Amino acid sequence: MTIMNRESFLNNVTANLHRPRRTEGVERPEWSVQPQDEVLSGLSQDELVDVLEKHCAVIHTEFKRTDRTGLAAVLKETVEGYAGKTIVASSDPRNADYGLHDFYQSIQDDGLEVHLWDEKEGKGNQAVAERADVGITFSDITLAESGTVTLFNNKYNGRAISLMPRNYIAIIPKSTIVPRLTQATKQIHEANEAGNDVASCVSFVSGPSNSADIEMNLIVGVHGPVEVTYIVVDD
Amino acid sequence: MSIKLGDASYEERVQEGVQNEFMRQAVASAQGRFRSGKQKQADKLGNWEDWRTLGEEIRTHTLENIDYYLQLLSDNVSKRGGNVFFAQTAEEANDYIQHVIKEKNAQKVVKSKSMVTEEIGMNEALEEVGADVVESDLGEWILQLDEDPPSHIVAPAVHKNKEQVKETFTEKKGYNQSSQPEELASFAREQLRQEFLSADVGITGCNFAVAESGAVTLVTNEGNARMATTIPDTQISVMGMERVVPTYEELDILVSLLTRAAVGQDLTSYVTSITGTRLEGETDGPEDYHLVIVDNGRSKILGTEFQSALHCIRCAACINVCPVYRHVGGHAYGSVYPGPIGAVLTPLLDGYEDHKELPYASSLCGACTEACPVKIPLHEQLIRHREIIVEQEKMTPRSERLAMKGFAKWGSSPAAYKMSTAMARSAMKPWTKDETVANGPGPLKGWTVNRDFPAPAKQTFRSWFKERQKGGES
Repeated sequence: MTIMNRESFLNNVTANLHRPRRTEGVERPEWSVQPQDEVLSGLSQDELVDVLEKHCAVIHTEFKRTDRTGLAAVLKETVEGYAGKTIVASSDPRNADYGLHDFYQSIQDDGLEVHLWDEKEGKGNQAVAERADVGITFSDITLAESGTVTLFNNKYNGRAISLMPRNYIAIIPKSTIVPRLTQATKQIHEANEAGNDVASCVSFVSGPSNSADIEMNLIVGVHGPVEVTYIVVDD
Repeated sequence: MSIKLGDASYEERVQEGVQNEFMRQAVASAQGRFRSGKQKQADKLGNWEDWRTLGEEIRTHTLENIDYYLQLLSDNVSKRGGNVFFAQTAEEANDYIQHVIKEKNAQKVVKSKSMVTEEIGMNEALEEVGADVVESDLGEWILQLDEDPPSHIVAPAVHKNKEQVKETFTEKKGYNQSSQPEELASFAREQLRQEFLSADVGITGCNFAVAESGAVTLVTNEGNARMATTIPDTQISVMGMERVVPTYEELDILVSLLTRAAVGQDLTSYVTSITGTRLEGETDGPEDYHLVIVDNGRSKILGTEFQSALHCIRCAACINVCPVYRHVGGHAYGSVYPGPIGAVLTPLLDGYEDHKELPYASSLCGACTEACPVKIPLHEQLIRHREIIVEQEKMTPRSERLAMKGFAKWGSSPAAYKMSTAMARSAMKPWTKDETVANGPGPLKGWTVNRDFPAPAKQTFRSWFKERQKGGES
């Protein structure tokens, strides 16, 4: 696509820096300190789960833990708790591994509407997300420190699933949990260096939406979901 | 709107702020909460100074090589299907955005919070071409309905109380519920959801753009930036040119510093990183994407002693510790950028002429410098501004310059000095009561209008010292 006015703009910038224009060969220096690597370092996967669980209380997020065989029951109970009638979910390749196809079929048999994101339906996906009560996705990388699920949004996992419905459920395979944002950005950086295009949208989601814009009172639930549940699955 | 807000004089703006009881209390309590949140984060990490050092190193390296990183960024955005427009001035940026709006025949534009679009006056420019612009950040929406400018970078409507918000919603949007913040917010959610769904174009700012991939990253709690980048088919991101980072690894550090220093959160509810247009098979996100990179006076700060002011990550930590901001509020600065960073940046971006008082809106206590997560020496830059205003720009009144000349002459003559210190006490007698001067004459009035001046001592230091040397009582 087009890039407009770049030469004159950058030449002016360079003139102000009183040196010739730099178009290549700039390397990041070695930083004198790396405090980010020390955070939660050396913790086991189960200890990271504990950190995540504690942080969920801070970010107004319900925390649940189960294993693959128990997942369907926990999901069902959570959806019922939200009085969900319409569900929108990602058509994640992991759905099969975690028995979700059977689960979605069973709640459809109970009379609930389930829509799995489908590129063939175009804007129809978003229309369902808008009227859905619950959105369900997997977490791709989970950050213990901040209680964050990282979503690489793509044609299977639309941006709207975790955003438009009033309630959101993130399924967190235990193996996706890392200490903090550092490990996620490193992974994205390395994939990018290896020539893999980064997702068109990477969403780092930490609990429900909120605002303190009226008299500094914390209001949970503004434009995005009002209630969020994380389900950690021992995998 | 542009960077300069309104036509009231600095004194008028300050008076208005100082007399607004509610605003002063609200600001004081907001400052308290923001500060304790930030402090808790620093305590939890235990090595906050290392984080600041790293933040400073990253910003220094990036700004020193900003031509390289902006070139890389624009190449990558373009590779991912986005258009990039480099705008030297506010006018160029607005012309381009108007052009996109007209080309799309867009009726409605939904915006998420962005300081740079305030700075360039984008909303007015879009209204000129007939587009309906809707702010979607809760605070910004309240201000837009009320036609009031923001007064804080992070909490734009901090000067308003919930009764005022209720009144605004009732008058402008037919609201009929209580002044409970939850009810007000839920009403805003419903109203703004309809705006998102019917918008033709989404416009966002940019907290950080990642050069290595072309990703524009938005840091929010409400989710409005996610809405604006998910629903409309056309999206425009507007960024100040300094908001670039080399790679995702530096994004980690700067986002972590921003959310901690701004609101005391490990991360905000949403950190959203958007790269170009939606990909094959994706059904949400923009099919048409534009990144507008704005200079508007920034490049002339490069290569000067003020270059580090461009390191600012807009966290408002300096605002949250400033004792002057606490008393006068954000509107007194008369700029889109209030507080210590505003007092440093505004004269650099918009010239001294309209903003020569701002560097004096500081007690020089240095709390801002200590709070800054990327170590900008804010109070030192304010002192430099003052020097420039006095010595190079000669912007002080003629009478003050004459007085200073006289003072220099008098102060460099020992005889004149000796004589006047000896006479000072009797000369001030008519205005002295209980060893203080509460209502001084002439130039002293400027001081005594706000505080008492101590009466000159009974004995001068020199005569006391002489006696002491002779072995007399001290």
